[in-house]
Amino acid sequence: MKVLHSKSAVQGLYLLVVTTSCIVLTVCEAHAMHISEGILPLNWAALWFVVAAPFVAAGLQRLKKLSAIDLSFKPLVGLMAAVVFIISCMPIPVPSAGTCSHPCGTGMSGILLGPTISVLIAAVALLIQALFLAHGGLSTMGADIVSMGVMGSFAGYLTFKALRFMKVNLSIAGFMAGLLADWATYITTSAELASGIRGDSAFVPLFWKILIAFIPTQLPLGILEGAMTAGMVVLLYKKRPDLLVKMRVLKPEEIAI
Amino acid sequence: MFLLIYTVFFLFPAFSLQQHSCGAESEKWQGIDESVVKKFAKEHGREAKEPLINTDQGDLLLFVFLLAGTIGGFVGGYYWRMLAEQKQDKSADGTGNGHGNIH
Repeated sequence: MKVLHSKSAVQGLYLLVVTTSCIVLTVCEAHAMHISEGILPLNWAALWFVVAAPFVAAGLQRLKKLSAIDLSFKPLVGLMAAVVFIISCMPIPVPSAGTCSHPCGTGMSGILLGPTISVLIAAVALLIQALFLAHGGLSTMGADIVSMGVMGSFAGYLTFKALRFMKVNLSIAGFMAGLLADWATYITTSAELASGIRGDSAFVPLFWKILIAFIPTQLPLGILEGAMTAGMVVLLYKKRPDLLVKMRVLKPEEIAI
Repeated sequence: MFLLIYTVFFLFPAFSLQQHSCGAESEKWQGIDESVVKKFAKEHGREAKEPLINTDQGDLLLFVFLLAGTIGGFVGGYYWRMLAEQKQDKSADGTGNGHGNIH
């Protein structure tokens, strides 16, 4: 009976993911935070590629190492890759702002897989989106990897670790990690955009102007991302606490009942 | 609590929206790449170029997004199921929890 119940819950979640993706993705046009093709001058675009490259390489190396140690790691990477891909191209209407934007999902993957693998996942998701979904650009991919992948993953990971170190509840730590990962992404996007397009203008006023413009949409969306991250961490805690221990999200004594 | 929610969801966003939308025509449900990124870029003389593979043509974009969402949803569901089944297998084997950390 318990197995049947668990199976139907899995199927329910499965259907929910597919249906939600289908409905939400077709609700409004696919415009969001990724910096589009040609917005950044070539020198700035190249600089962001240089900044992003070591993180992507470290992610590749870590993925190779972990996959060789434990095969059970693979489904979690697959799940997170799908989640980050869907979430980061899912335009969500924000009624208080009247605009659409998307969460990033890298806070969640940063917590569960570690920040470097999360950067790699973000890079793959951004590449597919830039190639086939007219969402972000190929030349600006370095900047998008740095904002969404690097800053999002590390902000989420470090926030979660710091709060857990302070013995903060799992769901609150997950929530704060998701929230700060999202906001860190958009703060970085503002900095990238301001530095790239400013010309002779001063950097700081332009940076604040762009950041303030992001606030109406991204403030509530960050809260949504926090809730999603907390939900995923708690769900995995209930379904696969052993996996969270393996990934060092939790200590073994924290799941011992 | 009510005040916090009210401030976060209505007051602050409304104030910020009013701050940045002065003089700009605002289209309902516009993406923030249009309302923020492209708007500021245009103000500073930078325009977005056409993507390498331009799927933003008519309903083609809806199709590719629907396809991407469906594939992503199936992949996510498949791996979630795999994770949940691994747990059941472990319970059946009686192998129990963790064999040391991955890191």
